[in-house]
Amino acid sequence: MKVLVPVKRVIDYNVKVRVKADGTGVDLANVKMSMNPFDEIAVEEAIRLKEAGKAEEIVVVSIGVKQAQETLRTALAMGADRAILVTAADDVHTDIEPLAVAKILAKVVEEEQPGLVLCGKQAIDNDMNATGQMLAALLGWSQATFASKVEIDGGAAVVTREVDGGLQTIKSALPAVISVDLRLNEPRYASLPNIMKAKKKPLDEKTAADYGVDVSPRLAIVKTSEPAVRQAGIKVGSVDELVSKLKEVGAI
Amino acid sequence: MAVLLLAEVVNGQLALDAVSKSVSAVASLGDVHVLVAGQGGDAAAAEAATLAGVSKVLFAGDHGFCHTLAEPVAALIVSLSGGYSHIAAAATSDAKNVLPRVAALLDVMILSDVTAVIDADTFERPIYAGNAIQTVKSSDSIKVFTIRTTSFEAAAGGNSAPVEALGTAAETGKSEWIEDKVAASDRPELTSAGIVVSGGRGVGSEESFALIEGLADKLGAAVGASRAAVDSGYAPNDWQVGQTGKVVAPQLYVAVGISGAIQHLAGMKDSKIIVAINKDEEAPIFQVADFGLVADLFDAVPELTSKL
Repeated sequence: MKVLVPVKRVIDYNVKVRVKADGTGVDLANVKMSMNPFDEIAVEEAIRLKEAGKAEEIVVVSIGVKQAQETLRTALAMGADRAILVTAADDVHTDIEPLAVAKILAKVVEEEQPGLVLCGKQAIDNDMNATGQMLAALLGWSQATFASKVEIDGGAAVVTREVDGGLQTIKSALPAVISVDLRLNEPRYASLPNIMKAKKKPLDEKTAADYGVDVSPRLAIVKTSEPAVRQAGIKVGSVDELVSKLKEVGAI
Repeated sequence: MAVLLLAEVVNGQLALDAVSKSVSAVASLGDVHVLVAGQGGDAAAAEAATLAGVSKVLFAGDHGFCHTLAEPVAALIVSLSGGYSHIAAAATSDAKNVLPRVAALLDVMILSDVTAVIDADTFERPIYAGNAIQTVKSSDSIKVFTIRTTSFEAAAGGNSAPVEALGTAAETGKSEWIEDKVAASDRPELTSAGIVVSGGRGVGSEESFALIEGLADKLGAAVGASRAAVDSGYAPNDWQVGQTGKVVAPQLYVAVGISGAIQHLAGMKDSKIIVAINKDEEAPIFQVADFGLVADLFDAVPELTSKL
């Protein structure tokens, strides 16, 4: 089975986000960018499937600006076999919407014919939590979202999902789209030899136009603003003082 | 203009807090029709009909809609979509699973975690784990979105809207439900509790989480946890408060041994009163706390529990 893993280049998890003064968005110029953390978990899971003999080939694909090539190289260094870069924007501030991303991915799936798509449940930039579900819809495939455990069992995937009430297990017929949650695994670091080897792995370059997909946004950004700031209150010196303060404000 | 609102139903019970707040979130957009899907949801449908602002309840009681599996429920919503300008639901894990699939089938975008409805096309939502708020205007013919319910007041009761029964689910052959592992608890539900006591990495172990639970039980509170505590295995995933967990806004939020990472703050900063107990006086949680106590939680929490 071939596994396709879409990966997104996003602002690094540890970077403090700054809203641009003119309200047009978040400042991404000269900011450290990395692979979306949820996508790293998806890449790791694909590699583990391959190591367990359940998958033969791992293809990673990224849709966005040219610089996403670095993100793909990271995935290749972790252990993916080859990569596809689909350039769909020139400006690093342009975020391709999940619907357009899903449409391009559906075309890639048509060409590559994977048995499984493993993706992160959401990207930590737009926090939309949508691409996997949208891709499954466009392909008419089953979907298993927010996975914390994945078992491939013949023609189906048995997936334990993190849901509001706890955990839910479902069995989804393959081919399927599985979106992964935080607790599925801990992604490996790429070793130096593997980083060197990754430079020689194949990376195909395409554009959104090659797939005939219109990536123009459906949502116009009216403005981006800082969230309301909550003022710090007071420090109390003891548990007794805390209890009396809480009684004073009627909280207990 | 009418709104189709997918109701959150848990074990046949209407999630009243989530649904009533969603109803008030969409009330300005037109007539509100609530969809209750799943066999045994009769009582949930009847309860949804009592919410002020609901003009009709659609009840799809077929077995195939149970457990809100994405494939049949999305197909049902798409089959109903013709008469609606908006399709919405509270931003629960079920809705986040189903509605993006609906949106793609309708060839429209999804808007997740909407915190304000400005007009029929314009919505506010948090991005970057709540570090920025984006206002977006949709050009799609049908707007599909999930609602962050902590931003809205609950709709009142006293209504008696008609309940209309819908047909059966088509067999999709895509996914089947196997089991739910839901911890039974007498505590209030986390997202609608009046008081929440949460523990973080500082709690140190699954065993020590009993301290947090003891304080919560004394207060009649729900128990929450930071992502660090869940990742470390101290607490189950359904306790996680934060951008990728649950978003809460209780009257009182007590954060114990939680440093206050931005993604945690995104999940609780709208709480009315925030108390932080942490031995690190530099912890960012103190910047949002109304009352901060710099202390070792292993001393302070038992003392607090005994003095309440």
